[in-house]
Amino acid sequence: MPSDHPPAPEESSAESLVAEHVLEFPGGYTRTTGPVIGRFLTELREGRIVGVRTAAGRVLVPPLEYDPETGDPVTGEYVQVGPAGTVRSWAWVGTPRKGHPLDRPFAWALIELDGAGTALVHAVDAGTVKAMRPGLRVRPRFRPEAERAGHITDIACFVPEVSTMAAPIRTEYRVRPGRSLARFLEGVRDGVFLGGRCAHCDKVYVPYRTTCPECGSTIGEEVELPDTGTVTTFAINNLPDPRAPQVPFVSAYVVLDGADVPMIVLLGDVPARDVRQGMRVRAVWVPPEERTLSMGNIRWFAPTGEPDVRL
Amino acid sequence: MREVAVVAFAQTRHTGYDEGLTEPELISPILQEVRRATGLTRFGFTCSGSCDYLAGAPFSFVSALDAVGAWPPISESHVEMDAAWALYEAWVRLQHGDVDSALVYGYGKSSQGDLREIMTLQLDPYYLAPLGLDQVSYAALQASALGAPESELTGIVRRSRADGRANPYALDLPDPADEPAGQEHAVHPLRPIDVAPPTDGAAAIVLAAGDLARDLAERPAWITGIAHRAEPHYLGVRDLARSPSAAGAARAAGVGKGPVDIAELHAQFSHEEVILRQALGLSSGTVVNPSGGPLAANPVMATGLIRVGEAARRVMDGTARRAVAHATSGPCLQQNLVTVLEA
Repeated sequence: MPSDHPPAPEESSAESLVAEHVLEFPGGYTRTTGPVIGRFLTELREGRIVGVRTAAGRVLVPPLEYDPETGDPVTGEYVQVGPAGTVRSWAWVGTPRKGHPLDRPFAWALIELDGAGTALVHAVDAGTVKAMRPGLRVRPRFRPEAERAGHITDIACFVPEVSTMAAPIRTEYRVRPGRSLARFLEGVRDGVFLGGRCAHCDKVYVPYRTTCPECGSTIGEEVELPDTGTVTTFAINNLPDPRAPQVPFVSAYVVLDGADVPMIVLLGDVPARDVRQGMRVRAVWVPPEERTLSMGNIRWFAPTGEPDVRL
Repeated sequence: MREVAVVAFAQTRHTGYDEGLTEPELISPILQEVRRATGLTRFGFTCSGSCDYLAGAPFSFVSALDAVGAWPPISESHVEMDAAWALYEAWVRLQHGDVDSALVYGYGKSSQGDLREIMTLQLDPYYLAPLGLDQVSYAALQASALGAPESELTGIVRRSRADGRANPYALDLPDPADEPAGQEHAVHPLRPIDVAPPTDGAAAIVLAAGDLARDLAERPAWITGIAHRAEPHYLGVRDLARSPSAAGAARAAGVGKGPVDIAELHAQFSHEEVILRQALGLSSGTVVNPSGGPLAANPVMATGLIRVGEAARRVMDGTARRAVAHATSGPCLQQNLVTVLEA
C-alpha cells in the first residue's frame, strides 16, 4: 500500500535533485477594477465602506457587478454601511502564515456590516479565541490615510467593539486586630495556641475569643492548647498566594487537640495528593528568635506520622 | 441523449510525497493501462484536467501531452479544473455523434508547492485573494457555519481512513485515535485530520458511446445523468452551511430517481461530506466513499475524476447497480458536478 512518507534517497543519487522555483509578478499584476469594484475601493481609501443596491433592494457588501440571485446588473445606488458590523461565523487561525493579514493569532470572519444584506470576509484581531462568538460586534481598523491605496487591506483588520473595561479600585486602611485576636497573637508569639472555654456550653474555641458564638456568654477562661490536631477537610489550591509555600498548596481545617472548632491553616511537607481527612498534623514553627505577633510564626502544619483518626 | 458509458478506469498508486516523476512520467502508466483495458490506441476525443499553478508553470498541461501521443494531430482539449469537468466536456463531445470514444485524464502534484496558498490564487483577486485567505481557512469558515458535532466529523475521518487503508491506491493513514495527542487545530474548528492529505497522483477514464461501449466492456457503467451547477463566488453572499448548487446538480442529474447503492463524494474536508449528503439527498442506505474518498487520497485535479472512476468501477464489477459520483471546484463547494452511473 502506498505510504505517505517518501523513501530516503541516497545523498549523491539523482533521486535527491531538487530545484527551487518561484512564480511571481514583481510589483504585482495590474488589474482594472471596473466601475463597481473601483467605487468600493475608492471609498475604502477615503475610510468609508459602501455597498451597492440590487434591483430587489439588497445591499451587497462588498459590491458585485451582478445580483448573485438573478444575474441582473446591480443598480447604480451606492450606500454607506457600517462601519460596525456583526460576526456571523468565524474560524480561528492559531498559527498565522506569511500571506495572512496579521502576524498574531486572529479570526477569519464573515461580518455583516450594519445596513448590508451580505457578509464581508475579513480578519478580526480579537486577541484570543475566547473573545470570538457569532453575534460579536466589530469595527474596522483602517490603515493610516497616507498608507491607504484603494485595496481591501486598507482595512487592516476588524476589532471587537468595546463591551468591557477595567475599573481601577484601590483604597487604603489601617486595621487593628481587636482584643481577642491581639491576645491570641501574643500566644502565637510565645509558641502556644490560646483558646477560650465557654463555661455555659463547655466548648473550647480557638483562636481565643471573649464571647461564646453559641450562647453569647462572656468567656472568661483562657485555655492553652497543644500544637497538634486532626485534618477535618481541606482544599488544593492551584492559584499562587503570597502566604503559601508553593503551588499547588493545601489549606485545611484542623481541629487542635482539646478544641471544639477547627482553625484554617496551611499544610506543608506533604504532597497535595497525600493529604486526607483524619490525618494527624503538628504546627511547624519558625525559630523562637524570629517570632513576632503574627501568624507567620507558623510556617504550616505537617503530618505527625501518627495513625489517622476516624472522624 | 446518446448513450455514453465509462468502459475503463485507471489510477496511480497515490503518494503523500513527490516521487520525483514529471507529469508525463506520472500519467504515462495509467494511459497505457486504459489502452490495454480497451484495446484502443487512438480516441475520437481527448480531454484533460489539471492546474498550471500546481507546477507554477504556464501551459504545463501541454507537456503532459507527451504521454498521450498527439501525432498525427488528435482532437484534444483541456480544462483548468478537476478532470471530472474534462469528463463532462468529453460526454458533451460524444453527444455530437461523430466520434464514439474519448480519453479523459487528470493529474496533480500537490507536493511541489503549498496547496493552501496555491488555492488562494483561485479566489477573486479584489476582495479575497489579497487577504491571503488560504484553502484551509475558508474551509474552516464553512465548517464553522455548519457547526457539525466533532464526533460526527471524527467518525467520517475514521471510516474514510479505514476504507483508504483497504484501498491499494489510497494513502495509509492511521485511525484518528492513533494520531499524536495534542495536535493544534489547522484553523479552528478544523483539525489536521479533517483536512485531506496533500497527495500526488493521476487518473484516466475511457468513455465510449453505444455499441462501442458494449464491445469494450462486459458491463459498462452507463452515464444516465450528468449535470453541474455553480453558486456565487464570494463567500459572504452564500449560506455556507448548505450547497444549493450540489442539490441543483443532483436534481438535474436525477439522483433521486432511484436507490443509490454507493456515492463517491469529492469532500476534501470532513464537514463537506455532511453538507453533500444532505444536498444530494442520500439516505442511510447509501455507502459513502467506499474507496476512502479524498480524505484518504487527494491528488488535486484528479480527485473528482477518481470519484467517477471509483463509482463506475463498482458498477462495472457488479457490486453496485446504481452509483453517484460527485466532483467539486472552487472555494467552499462553489461548483458541483454530479454524475449518475448505472449498470
